[in-house]
Amino acid sequence: MRTTQEATTPHPEQSLPPTTRGRSARAKRRPPAGRSDKQAWLFLAPVALVFAVFTFYPLVRTVVLSFQGTDILGRPSGFVGAKHYLKLFEDPSFYQVLGNTALFTLLTVAPTILISLVLALLLEQRIAFPRVFRTALVLPFAYSVATGSVVFAALFNPTTGLLNNLLGLFGQDPVGWVTDPKIALISVSLATVWMQLGYNILVLIAGLGTVPPEVVEAARIDGADGWRLTKQIHIPLLMPQIFFLLVIGTINALQSFGQIHILTGGGPAGSTNTLVYSIYDTAFANNNSNYGYASAQAIVLLLVVTVITAIQFGVIEKRVHYA
Amino acid sequence: MRNRNLTSRILVHAVLVVAALIILFPVYYTVIGSFMSAVNFINFAEKPWPSPSGTLQNYVDATSVIPLVRQYGNSLLVAFLVMAGQILTSVCAAFALVFLRVRFAPLVFALIMGTMMVPSEATIIPNFLTISDLGLMNSITGLVLPFIAAGFGVFLMRQAFKAFPYELYEAARMDGCSNPRFLLTILIPLTKPAIGALAIWSFLGAWNMYFWPLLVTQSPEMQTIQIGISQLNSAENFNGALIMAGAVLAMIPTFALVIFGQRYIVRGLTAGSGK
Repeated sequence: MRTTQEATTPHPEQSLPPTTRGRSARAKRRPPAGRSDKQAWLFLAPVALVFAVFTFYPLVRTVVLSFQGTDILGRPSGFVGAKHYLKLFEDPSFYQVLGNTALFTLLTVAPTILISLVLALLLEQRIAFPRVFRTALVLPFAYSVATGSVVFAALFNPTTGLLNNLLGLFGQDPVGWVTDPKIALISVSLATVWMQLGYNILVLIAGLGTVPPEVVEAARIDGADGWRLTKQIHIPLLMPQIFFLLVIGTINALQSFGQIHILTGGGPAGSTNTLVYSIYDTAFANNNSNYGYASAQAIVLLLVVTVITAIQFGVIEKRVHYA
Repeated sequence: MRNRNLTSRILVHAVLVVAALIILFPVYYTVIGSFMSAVNFINFAEKPWPSPSGTLQNYVDATSVIPLVRQYGNSLLVAFLVMAGQILTSVCAAFALVFLRVRFAPLVFALIMGTMMVPSEATIIPNFLTISDLGLMNSITGLVLPFIAAGFGVFLMRQAFKAFPYELYEAARMDGCSNPRFLLTILIPLTKPAIGALAIWSFLGAWNMYFWPLLVTQSPEMQTIQIGISQLNSAENFNGALIMAGAVLAMIPTFALVIFGQRYIVRGLTAGSGK
């Protein structure tokens, strides 16, 4: 992903269209070095202000809050040291939360990428009505987490839901899609995979669109067809997009909230209580207002997201072939 | 060889048709269900189409169970304000980073990109307290304010501006063109596609928001449509068909985008996922 690479190398030339100009001409493209233009800070001020107030300050305050208690009015009170963190590591239900979060991430990211990869590659074949198929497969993208979740809530409803009624028609016992602790997390994952498919397919299609036709043509002339073309040309050239989806998908999964709030409310028996849902539950649900304990969990979330992103960039990105 | 080709073509189409049917089923269930009576919807398994007297009643009822029109207006207002805010702040910041001398520019850019790495849930408690302290609970301002700048927007606009010849800026400056005038009359008109992509992505993000509006709005009149339909879902007299009608209404802008505007969605994607 270009994002962080560029964070350390400003004004890289590689994304500019290649020119025949020499080095000196290129260097002119940058504004001259030295002290800032007076106007520059004026143009940067709005972004700086919003990020200062709503990203950087709250980051610091979350850390501070995680060492504070809460008074009876629900306002932060005196410092309690590492109490919240110690409580987290003694709390068996917090280990369940971490386990749920890991399992949910696994159950959503891998299947979504695999299914969308297969479908995007099939769309790339010579097919009838390519636009109709593409639009059909991408349509779930129109669903927000709320609209997608209420539809799946209707499908999963234990008594009136379509899935159990279908099972009933075939003489099967109803399944506790969102009421059985063994199944609920799988059901929430299923709904999530469906909601993510459209976005994933769009990213992969966009990636396939950048594969130069000459490369494909050359491979065809060399006798590559069908599966071999897919395996040796399309998939390797798609690696940057697949890596991007892995990173974005993992971060999204770790941050999932709406589908859990709407489908299960973290239950039954805490079986769908993930890290972000637990933060909500501790800080905001039922006037709990336990901001300190919730902030400690928010810090854990921040660490988990940072570490996993760093691992993905450090370990996997090295193996990604950039064309 | 020929036979093998034919078999594989049939196989490709068969898999695509089956996949499309499975993926489209919840969409069918949403749209067709929204025209069903409550009883009809519960018995969807036996009769998956609406009675001939198919009903628009759900759409009428949805507007009376929740203040749907008002919530729709709230959602539109929030989405437009977030969109306008992000375009304005991103264009300005990216302009400064690409065309002006900024001391510590790499650090400034790194900090802006860094905000994309911070999960918003990790900062949501202080932000909730801030909005509450500012007396902005239950207001459009409270819904919009934290989202009028985004790292992704600055990144997207910076990419577009970097492809713009710096010599043209120098020439304009030499002719006495001020920075704001250069922005408005030359740069923005020539980078419209990127601004369009940012407009669509920021609108989508704000329209689909769930966690934040759930926290900062309490009265139904101030809630967004996304929260409104989830309230239908948790209502005591749960009516699936009514919820489907609400969901269809909430998806009009996004459906339109997928069907007519896929090109623009993809433009934003390729900026983010590019090699």
